[in-house]
Amino acid sequence: MHPVLARKERLGAYLLAWGPVAAIAAYLVSLPGSLSLGESALLAVPLSVVYAFLCLSSWYACRSAPLTRGRLAATVGVHAAGAGIAAALWTLAAVTLASLLGTFPSLSRLSERVAPVVPILFVLGVLLYALSVAFHYLLLSLESSQAAERRVMESKVLAREAELEALKAQLNPHFLFNSLNSVSALTTTAPSRAREMTVLLSEFLRTSLSLGGKASIPLGEEVALARRFLAIEKVRFGSRLEVEEEVAPEAAAVPVPPLLLQPLVENAVRHGIGALVDGGRISIRARHQGGRVRIAVENPTSAEGSSERGAGLGLTNVRRRLAALYGREAELVVTPGEGTFLAEVVLPAEPPA
Amino acid sequence: MSAARTFTAIVVDDEELARGLLREHLADHPEVEVVAECANGPEAVRAVGEHRPDLLFLDVQMPGLDGFETLELLDPVPAVVFVTAYDRYALRAFEVHAVDYLLKPYSRERFDTAVARAEARAAGGERLAAGAVSAVAASARGPGTFATRLAFRERDGVAVVPVRAVDYVKAEDDYVLVVAGERRHLRHEPLAALEARLDPARFVRVHRSWIVALDRLVRVEEGRWAVLASGERLPVSRTGAARLRERMAR
Repeated sequence: MHPVLARKERLGAYLLAWGPVAAIAAYLVSLPGSLSLGESALLAVPLSVVYAFLCLSSWYACRSAPLTRGRLAATVGVHAAGAGIAAALWTLAAVTLASLLGTFPSLSRLSERVAPVVPILFVLGVLLYALSVAFHYLLLSLESSQAAERRVMESKVLAREAELEALKAQLNPHFLFNSLNSVSALTTTAPSRAREMTVLLSEFLRTSLSLGGKASIPLGEEVALARRFLAIEKVRFGSRLEVEEEVAPEAAAVPVPPLLLQPLVENAVRHGIGALVDGGRISIRARHQGGRVRIAVENPTSAEGSSERGAGLGLTNVRRRLAALYGREAELVVTPGEGTFLAEVVLPAEPPA
Repeated sequence: MSAARTFTAIVVDDEELARGLLREHLADHPEVEVVAECANGPEAVRAVGEHRPDLLFLDVQMPGLDGFETLELLDPVPAVVFVTAYDRYALRAFEVHAVDYLLKPYSRERFDTAVARAEARAAGGERLAAGAVSAVAASARGPGTFATRLAFRERDGVAVVPVRAVDYVKAEDDYVLVVAGERRHLRHEPLAALEARLDPARFVRVHRSWIVALDRLVRVEEGRWAVLASGERLPVSRTGAARLRERMAR
């Protein structure tokens, strides 16, 4: 539906704008002198109303021929043809109206007297049509800029939602329950270690919760958080869990979304160490290379596989989060190897705009 | 009331602290004697075979075999109390006739209730036959999820075969013979029960007694023999041939 016809108040304003047009048309028609000013007005007012509606048709032409570079000739052609047809129809309407009005005795020979006015009407018709084309292009560009604004808003909302979802999934409650069970076990046998564990847990939770609100943190801090998490898991797993860290100093300063590594490190414990009778070593490495930073989390895996499912969810969350924040600039590459599993995040060293 | 009755128990958890906590709580139950402690499923299968305990405290997430896989291999089957941080296995636990399901961390009172229940079950003398659990355990896995590995109780312990290594499976009386390269393992299970746990995109039942891994199949001879990459020939029944054709056409 045409935007002007869609709403009554818009149509009213549009027709009101044609008032002055009708006045000018009446004046121009009277210029050759073959018609009196009154007769001119009698012709011009209904003709203007008719043409007001006729000109609305140029909206469809404008929509089908958008103002894009390289297609100017075609666009001009379309509108020139449209203007010609519209002006011709308008002139035809004028002649018809004149001959109809000519049947009144007081307006005798009107259809003959209108003849010198026809070229003026035609030229005016072309000009008015051109004006309506300009008006419609303005309308279209307004509409498209509003749509673009809406799209930007929508994508922002989506990114935020993905972010929140990811954060919610980051903290695995079973990690908490298992840790609390360790505290429960240590309370009688090794009270001081139980206390140590509660402090470790509190530090980890406090940091994770405070990071939730931040857009980004230096990679060094993110790795420090992972280190805390692994220290807690080490209380549970004992000698089965070893940790190795290799973070290049220039990579440590790179800003990353908070808790980005958490699902990867958690997977490494659950699906790697947790599935191995003798455990193994989790390795966290990061290096800065050509404007990008590569962060790797690697863990040994059991040849017999893990009966645990759900490794996919954490990885999916990391992927979604990266996509929402960096678009195609960042990725998560997963390489299941022989007896080892490597998850690698590659992202730009500059934070997203 | 059999006040004089004593019970033997085995504690299974891959975390030493968790085992210690169970042991500590059990120390308040003088009627219960802990005869073994295990850090993983295969150890538990061996220990249960050796000690034939009345009670079993079993973690779910463990390396080697998880709690459910372990339970499938137990013979005899003791009164089992699952002890885990995950609540999502509770339904499955009761489907495999667990006596109780303790959520970590648990209180002493809750633990005592579990022990009382387990003792009542053990005192009732109600013991499940080996293999009775495995079919239920398999069906409790839920639709659309297939086994990633198969566990077998052997004379000298437990063997685990990743499903991707399996070439074919053959029914032998009440057992299934699983062949993976050089490895051959028997399991007390009907072929149909095992078939239900294998991904139908990879495994086809070509005969009443035979299931073959599609990617090991080289060709079908005379519509009657499935020839594997290893050169072995398995019989194909008429319905089996139809199933194969349908699968190949996809």
